[in-house]
Amino acid sequence: MSAALNETSADWEPLVVAFCCNWCSYAGGDLAGTSRMSYPANVKVIRVPCCGRMNPMFVLRAFQRGADGVLVAGCHPGDCHYSTGNYHGRRRLSAFKRLFEFAGFEPERFEVRWISSSEGDKFAEEMETMTAKIKALGPNRKMRDARWQSVTQSK
Amino acid sequence: MPRIGIFICHCGSNIAGTVDIEKSIEAARGFPGVVHVDEYRYLCSELGQDLIKKAIEEHNLDRVVVGTCSPRMHEVTFRKAVTEAGLNPYLLEVANIREHCSWVHKDIEKATPKAIALLRAAAAKAALNDPLVAPSVEVEKRALVIGGGIAGIQAALDIAEAGYIVDVVEREPSIGGRMAQLEKTFPTLDCSACILTPKMVEVAQHPNVSLLTYSEVEEVKGFVGQFDVKIKQKARYVDPVKCTGCGICYEKCPAKTPSEFEMGLAKRKAIYVPFPQAVPNIPVIDRDACLYFRKGRCQICAQECPPQAIDYEQQDQIIERRYGAIIVATGFDQMNPSHYGEYGYGQHPDILTGLEFERLFNASGPTGGKVVRLSDGKPPKKVVFIQCVGSRDKARGMNYCSKICCMYTAKQAILLKEKVPDAKSYVFYIDVRTAGKGYEEFQRRAAEEYDVAYLRGQVGKIFPESDHLMVHGVDSLSGKTIEIKADMVVLAVASVARADAPEVGRLVGINSDSYNFFNEAHPKLKPVETHTAGIFIAGACQAPKDIPETVAQASAAAVKVVGLLSKDMLQGEACTAEVNQAECSGCLYCEAVCPYSAISPVEIEERYHGGTLKRTVVEVNPTLCHGCGSCTVVCRSGTINLKGFSNEQILAEVDAICLQR
Ligand SMILES: Cc1cc2nc3c(=O)[nH]c(=O)nc-3n(C[C@H](O)[C@H](O)[C@H](O)COP(=O)(O)OP(=O)(O)OC[C@H]3O[C@@H](n4cnc5c(N)ncnc54)[C@H](O)[C@@H]3O)c2cc1C
Repeated sequence: MSAALNETSADWEPLVVAFCCNWCSYAGGDLAGTSRMSYPANVKVIRVPCCGRMNPMFVLRAFQRGADGVLVAGCHPGDCHYSTGNYHGRRRLSAFKRLFEFAGFEPERFEVRWISSSEGDKFAEEMETMTAKIKALGPNRKMRDARWQSVTQSK
Repeated sequence: MPRIGIFICHCGSNIAGTVDIEKSIEAARGFPGVVHVDEYRYLCSELGQDLIKKAIEEHNLDRVVVGTCSPRMHEVTFRKAVTEAGLNPYLLEVANIREHCSWVHKDIEKATPKAIALLRAAAAKAALNDPLVAPSVEVEKRALVIGGGIAGIQAALDIAEAGYIVDVVEREPSIGGRMAQLEKTFPTLDCSACILTPKMVEVAQHPNVSLLTYSEVEEVKGFVGQFDVKIKQKARYVDPVKCTGCGICYEKCPAKTPSEFEMGLAKRKAIYVPFPQAVPNIPVIDRDACLYFRKGRCQICAQECPPQAIDYEQQDQIIERRYGAIIVATGFDQMNPSHYGEYGYGQHPDILTGLEFERLFNASGPTGGKVVRLSDGKPPKKVVFIQCVGSRDKARGMNYCSKICCMYTAKQAILLKEKVPDAKSYVFYIDVRTAGKGYEEFQRRAAEEYDVAYLRGQVGKIFPESDHLMVHGVDSLSGKTIEIKADMVVLAVASVARADAPEVGRLVGINSDSYNFFNEAHPKLKPVETHTAGIFIAGACQAPKDIPETVAQASAAAVKVVGLLSKDMLQGEACTAEVNQAECSGCLYCEAVCPYSAISPVEIEERYHGGTLKRTVVEVNPTLCHGCGSCTVVCRSGTINLKGFSNEQILAEVDAICLQR
């Protein structure tokens, strides 16, 4: 096992999964790239059409599979490509975040952000901040599914 | 088991500089379902694409993953390439290892495992990709324009000139809209009728245009390419073929009623054309005012009409037509300022709105073009204009700026000075907003050459005193109170959405902002599109705007329509929602969240315990669906899925990305 995966080691690195809407935040991520900004490689992006597409089950699955932090990023309210998708997303995901706390799981591990396609700098900043925050929180032990771990380690 | 091919692009050193290609290839060989892995310096080049095409054939690949730049950059390119090799384009997946990896990370030790994770996720998703086909719809090559103001006229002319058939539905007896009510137009002061009338005539005579005046849209069904529309053409009681427009009928008609066109400042007859340059120049009988319809006697118009065009038996007609696209151009209204008690509107004949004042300048207006007080017929020597009555007023009016008032007030003050040379104008304002070509200069001219006094501040009270109107205000710059003994007060009232805008919006299936102005699909990049494909908006029904902006928007909407009608078939979105009706519980939550009205309930019959059971489920119209996926999340039975971004595909990506844990 490499040092990055060894959660007891000092240089443990968190895994942050970022779900980004195709029209704003994913494009913001592209702009961060074309502008040669930099942010930690801990962040891995999954493209979704809209943050209104975000089923909380995707977030739960990421945590069960060992993600230490999950970020959902969409268009700024009012700017949704599908007009109302991010309003649905906002309502749903903020309720979901409160549920996290209620269930005894650190709500800070899950964040929702609005990043437009022109905000490459904001994209890089948010990824940086999120990674630092999760690093400080430490590994996600509560939600991780041990069975999944044993499967993957045998691979 | 799928047969996946993975192709990794170096992008020169753009990717290869920070991602270890060799290691990535090694790792990719071990992903489930992967039967072939290759690399190339520039995969998007022709040679790169050929490499993919050849490999598809040689290795019998049925899924392709490219590790390249962003899918927003070259997904289309690679989809085309795989199609040329016989694969469905949706069997391709892109792993964004440039913008989201090699360009944002400097350390090859960190970028390489991340690139591998992204490739693994793309392969996991690709394994679940289905071939998708975008639905195609035949396009009816006819357009509908609702509203015959300057926006509707311009749009119809542009569409007709491009060679397509277009119908204009106008509710009033004549086209022309608000612009027909104006005297001269800022910033050049050309006479409104002189520039509008030729356009009205041109649109009426254009072989590709049908004008349906005195008509309203009753029902809109269908979708882009095929809207089925019911139009009610109200009975005019005048045969349009026989009528010569001589005007004897309304000359002789004995019944009078307030004129809508003059906003009640003058009367019209029961049989009337709204204004002299009306197009078509065919009168209508107002049943509510006509003595024959009310009391059964009179018929003077019928007796006097030389070609015997009066037909009291005429009935409303329903016209049903199919259209490929629709432009909504229903314009705007003026707010009624009666609830601003301090301004006394409605309590004194010399307190007018801007539009009412505009009519006083017009030769065919209520005063025959003489600018006089309606109370005593004397020319006003002191006129107070009050800006932002109902605009920029959160508490009692609208939050927004009505945009045109600063300019038309400057215009009216100039026109006043020309008609009544010894008149003095005072303008109470919050800010003077004159952005636009030649606008600032125009307003300056009003202030400097036409001696218009601009007073920053508000009016607290207006009350009549002998034959004057005492205007009490505060100059907020000097802090002094101001009293003006005015002869007339003109209120620049807010421009508001038409009262029936919500109804029109529902009818055609477009939404509105909180002020009932129609919403564009994107505030910057799709200003004339709406969220319903094939329906466009133009002019002041979207927000208050002046004529140049209205015309520009109308032409923009026309171009969109022409582009649409130029196609025989339309390709819809392939990544749309699909429902498994057998599992649908019919809760209809999905219908409520769909921004495109693409989901509707249907009744199905099912076998149940030997009998049949009727129940409600939903169906998705793939031509209306844009693929946002909102419905999939609210689905109680988890039975709506999004093609191309299915729950399973997204979860597979999550699993693959987290595999390092
Ligand atoms: C006092 C005043 C002065 C102005 N002066 C100037 C000026 O000097 N220069 C300038 O550039 N602009 C000026 N304007 C602005 C100008 O009037 C507008 O920009 C212009 O009229 C907008 O055109 P439109 O076609 O969008 O709307 P409208 O002119 O409102 O036309 C809409 C048309 O749609 C019809 N309609 C509405 N609902 C329906 C329905 N449900 N079915 C069928 N038909 C329907 C209406 O009857 C109307 O004919 C002024 C406005 C005001 C109020």
